[in-house]
Amino acid sequence: MIDKKLYDMPLHTDIAWCPACGNFPILTIVKHALAELDIAPQEAVICSGIGQAAKTPHYLRVNYFNGLHGRALPPAIGIKNANPKLTVIAESGDGDTYGEGGNHFLHTIRRNPDITNIVHNNMIYGLTKGQASPTSEKGLKNPLQPNGVVVEPFNPVAVALAAGATFVARAFAADIAQSKEIVKAAILHKGYALVDIFQPCVVFNKQNTYQWFKEHTYSLDETYDKMDKMKAMELAFDQEKFALGVIYQETGRPTYETLVREGEEPLFLRKQNNAEMFQQLLQSFK
Amino acid sequence: MKHFSGDISIVLGGAAGQGVQTVEELLVNVLKREKYNVFACKEYMSRIRGGSNSTEIRVTDKKRAAFVNRIDFLFALDKDVLPHLKHRISSKTVVLGEKNKIVDTQELHVIDVPFTRFAHELGNPLYTSTVAVGVALGLLKADVVIFQEYLRTHFARKGDDIIKKNLEAAEKGYVFGKHLAYSEGIEVVMKKNETVKNELLLDGHEAVGLGALAGGCDYISSYPMTPGTGVLTFLAQKGRALGVIVDQAEDEIAAINQGLGAGYAGARALVTTSGGGFDLMTEGVSLAGMIETPIVIHIAGRPGPSTGLPTRTEQADLNLALYAGHGEFPRAIFAPGTLAEAFSVMVQAFHIAHAYQIPVFILTDQYFVDALTTVAEEDFPFIAWQQHIVKTDALYKRYAVTENGVSPRGIPGYGEGLVGVDSDEHDDEAHITESAVVRVAMHEKRLRKISGIRDEAFLPTEFGDVKRADTIVVSWGSNRGVLEEALEHLLRDDVAGVHFSQVYPLPKAAKKIFTRKEIIVIENNASGQFAELLQQEYGVKVKKRILQYDGSPFSVEEIIERVKILL
Repeated sequence: MIDKKLYDMPLHTDIAWCPACGNFPILTIVKHALAELDIAPQEAVICSGIGQAAKTPHYLRVNYFNGLHGRALPPAIGIKNANPKLTVIAESGDGDTYGEGGNHFLHTIRRNPDITNIVHNNMIYGLTKGQASPTSEKGLKNPLQPNGVVVEPFNPVAVALAAGATFVARAFAADIAQSKEIVKAAILHKGYALVDIFQPCVVFNKQNTYQWFKEHTYSLDETYDKMDKMKAMELAFDQEKFALGVIYQETGRPTYETLVREGEEPLFLRKQNNAEMFQQLLQSFK
Repeated sequence: MKHFSGDISIVLGGAAGQGVQTVEELLVNVLKREKYNVFACKEYMSRIRGGSNSTEIRVTDKKRAAFVNRIDFLFALDKDVLPHLKHRISSKTVVLGEKNKIVDTQELHVIDVPFTRFAHELGNPLYTSTVAVGVALGLLKADVVIFQEYLRTHFARKGDDIIKKNLEAAEKGYVFGKHLAYSEGIEVVMKKNETVKNELLLDGHEAVGLGALAGGCDYISSYPMTPGTGVLTFLAQKGRALGVIVDQAEDEIAAINQGLGAGYAGARALVTTSGGGFDLMTEGVSLAGMIETPIVIHIAGRPGPSTGLPTRTEQADLNLALYAGHGEFPRAIFAPGTLAEAFSVMVQAFHIAHAYQIPVFILTDQYFVDALTTVAEEDFPFIAWQQHIVKTDALYKRYAVTENGVSPRGIPGYGEGLVGVDSDEHDDEAHITESAVVRVAMHEKRLRKISGIRDEAFLPTEFGDVKRADTIVVSWGSNRGVLEEALEHLLRDDVAGVHFSQVYPLPKAAKKIFTRKEIIVIENNASGQFAELLQQEYGVKVKKRILQYDGSPFSVEEIIERVKILL
C-alpha cells in the first residue's frame, strides 16, 4: 500500500464545496481506495464533467481531464484506449452522467471499457442552485417545478443492468468504510464498473438528507449472490429501500480496449516503423 | 463520321442499385491499366435503391481533374437518365442504351445496346455492368487483353464460373463497342500516358485517409455522416494494420470528446464528419482550444442549412470551421484541391495540431471526396513525424507560460509529474481559477500561438503569370482543378489564378500577390465566404465573385463563361 498522503493536496487548497457536503467523504473514499490498491497518482486519471462533483479531481493529486458537462465518459474511453496501463476513473454527478451525458452512459456500458464510473448522486442540481436532477424523486419541490417534479426518476442501476453493465454497485457516502471497499472492487473489476453513490446535498435538497438516506438504504450481506442478474434487476426496481453494495458483477467479458487494439503499449510509445506497411498499402492502389 | 479526340467525357447514368458504381470502378481501373489519363466524379441521390444517379468519367490526353458539363458518351441504364441529364446532352452526345428504355424527345444520336439480351444470354442481369465497360473500351479500341487480365484478378475470389461469365460479357461488350466505328461512324482517338499505369488510383477519401496515416494518425472516433464517412471506413479497413484505433461513437459529441481524451493521453486523433455532425462537435472544438489538446477535424461539406441536400456538394462550412466554438482561441483550416494536396495538408494538419496544441480543420466536400483519379506515388511520401510530447518531472506544470504561447505538453503516465487539463479557466497547474490576472495571462498565452501558426502557413499555388496579370481568379479547396483547366482554355495573359489549400490563417507572404489586382473568387456557396476572409486577412477588396449553390460542382465550361463575363 502506498502512502495515502501522496494523494493529498497542499493544505491551503481552496475547496469549493459547502461545509458538510457529501462530496468530502467521497473524496476521502477515492483517495484511500487508490492508495490501498497501490496505484500511484501518476498511473491514474480522473475524468469529470461539470458540476460540484466534477470538481473532485482538483482536490486530490492525480492526473485529470476535467472536460465538459455530461462528457466525463467519452474522454475516459479515449484515454483508456490510448493507454490501457492507466487506471481510469470517470467521476461526476447525477445530472452530468444521467442527464446531459445520458447517451454516453448507455453506450459506454455497451462497450465495457475497463473504467470505473463513480456517480455522486444527490438527487438535485447543486451548482445551478437547486433544480431537479434526473434522479430527483417525484413530487420534489424546486425552483423550476414549484409544485413538485412530475416525471419519473431515472433508475441508474436498472438502466445499467439493462444496457449490459458488468459491474453495478450502490454506495452511501456517509459509510466511508463500506463505500471504500465498493470503490476498490469497482477499480479492480475488469470492465465498466458503475458506483452510484448516494450523497446528501445539505444546501439544496432538504428532502433526501443524511437521515433520509439512512432510513431508505440497507446493506447487502454475504449471502447475496451478485452474479444473479435477475435478482439484481429485482433489487434495482425497489424504490422504497435501496440496496447498498455490489448489486451485480459479471466476469470474463472482454474489455473494449482489448477488442479495438493490439496489446497494452501506450500509443505515444508507438514506434514510427510504419513506413514499410504504408508503402505496402500504397501499392494496393496501383 | 463523329470524331472525338484528346478529351472525352463518358457518363454512366442509372438508378441506385443498377450497377453504375460497379461500371465506374471497373472502367476506371481498366483505363488506368490501359495507360489513359482518367478522372471520375459522381452525383447521387440520398436513397439506397432507385432514383437517378450518374458518374462522369473523363479520359484526357492531358491530365485533368475537373468536372465538365459536356457529355460525349452517355450510357443510359434506365428511362430516367435522359430526363435527369437533359441539360448536359447535346446533338453531339452519343447515347448508348436499350431503345425501349430511352424516351428520346430531343432527336438524339441513340445507339441501341441490347444489355438485357446480353445479360439474359449470360444468365444474370449483374453482367450488364461488365458489358457496358466492354462497350466503352471497344469504342476506345483499348487492349482487350488488359481488360481480361483485370477481370480475372478482380473476380478471382468469386470462382471460375463467375470469371468465365465476366470474360464472355466483356467480349460481347467489347466487340459491340469496337463495331460502332463501322456501324455508326464513331471515331475516338486518345493518347496514352506511360506513367499512369504505375500511379496510384485514389478517391478523395482515400487521399485524406492516407494523409492521416502519414501524419501519424493512430486514433479515429466518429459517427457516420455522408459525405464524411469514407475516411472513417478507410481507416477502419486499412488503418488497424498500422496501429489505428477506430471507434464508431454514439454521436458526434462523444466522437470529439473521446478524440480529445485520446489526444490528452498521447494519441494523434482525428474525427471526420459533415456540417450537421460538426454542429454537435463545436463544444469539443472550444474545449480543445481551452485545454490545448490537439485534434484534427475533417469536415466533408454538403449543402445546408440543416439536413440540406445530403448527397450533394457545397463549400459553405468555411465560416462554421472558422468561428465554431465559443470564446477566442487559435486554429488552422486547410482545404485541399488535389489528391496530392489532400495528402500533404493532412500531414501538415497533424503537425500543426500537435506542435501548437490546437484544433485543426480539413475542409473537403462531396465532389472532392468522391472524385477519383491517378496520382504519382512520389506525391505520397511517408516522412517520420515529430512527437510533440515531453517527459514530465515532479514539478511539471501543464500550462507554463511561454513566449510563443506553446507550453511543453506532458501526458499522463509518462514521467514523474501529474498532468491535468481543465475546461474552466485555469492556472499553470490546470486548477480552476477566477483570478483576472491569471485569466489574462492564460488567454494571451493561448492567443499568441497564432503567430507561429501563421508563419508556417502553406503558400498558395499560382497558375499563369500572376505578376503580369491584371485579374487574379482565386479558388480554394475542391475548385483547384476547374480553375486550372478553365484558365488554360481562356488563353488570356492578363488573367492568372491563385489557389489556396490553407485558408486560415493566410500566409503573410502571399498578400502582395493581390496588390493592385482585380480579384475574382470562385466558390461553391451563396455568400462568398472565402472572398470575405480574403478581404479580412489581406485588407483587399474582392469585387467579383463566381458563386454556385445548387448542390453540383462547377463545370469547366461554366467557369470559362462566367470569368469571361466578368473580365
